[in-house]
Amino acid sequence: MSWTWFHRLGSPPYVYGLARRLTPWFAWGAGLLLLCGLYGGLVLAPPDYRQGNDFRIIYVHAPSAWMSLMVYTTMAVAAAVGLIWRMKVAHAVAASCATIGASFTFAALVTGSLWGVRMWGTWWEWDPRLTSELILLFLYLGYMGLRAAIEDTQRADRASGLLAVVGVVNVPIIHYSVVWWNSLHQAPSVMRLGKPTMPPAMLLPLLIMLAGFTLLFAALLLVRLRGEILNRERTAAWIREALEA
Amino acid sequence: MRQFLDMGGYAAYVWPAYAVTLAIVALNIIWARRLLAQARTAARRRLGGETGPGDGA
Repeated sequence: MSWTWFHRLGSPPYVYGLARRLTPWFAWGAGLLLLCGLYGGLVLAPPDYRQGNDFRIIYVHAPSAWMSLMVYTTMAVAAAVGLIWRMKVAHAVAASCATIGASFTFAALVTGSLWGVRMWGTWWEWDPRLTSELILLFLYLGYMGLRAAIEDTQRADRASGLLAVVGVVNVPIIHYSVVWWNSLHQAPSVMRLGKPTMPPAMLLPLLIMLAGFTLLFAALLLVRLRGEILNRERTAAWIREALEA
Repeated sequence: MRQFLDMGGYAAYVWPAYAVTLAIVALNIIWARRLLAQARTAARRRLGGETGPGDGA
């Protein structure tokens, strides 16, 4: 197997150009999918027979929660690659993830609260799922705080990268919290072994929203990555070209 | 339309959930673009400021 692709992904000018070319595809794809998913979720999907229209919160809650976990996993993997192979671009990817992940974790907690207040009769409960998701928010905020506190980028990359890698143990805990412990939160209806537990008219808009949020993450990540690469390349000559192109 | 906005009595929960999520999406787009714009400005200043407006986005 050839490792040239891996080496090329370690080259800031190559990744910068690649990110610029790919961004519009992900961005337009995300916009299109999100519009379709919103229409499907708010208009086409039938009301739930027990939760009525309240269940429609799932179309923003589940994708936000999915983002919170996917972004963290991406951040931890990128940080690990950066730490192991001392790859500057990988550290730049990890640094690009934190704000995105923190904000969608916040969205998952708020939308979950708005859903829970009618279904469970409470805005907040120290429940395994809710608590582990809150810890995820604190991990993101800790990562961001650590970066902000260390002026030297290389040292900030290493310290925050270590935190990201260690914190990844929380990801499976969040996912399986509803299975391992007796949680108020419902069990997974899509991300499970075997068939999803929703009818197609409800499931399809959800899958479209999940795909849309994933593409949105890719677009946001690539835009931020270019910024992070520029900030890390203090003197490189290719920047002049990149800024003019 | 009235019925749609009412969400079967759940309007006070469904619409804020959508509003918060879409606001977070919008903020993320603004933040990402601002980060890149600031990095570009900083890089241009480091290089001596003789480069043009560049590739936008």
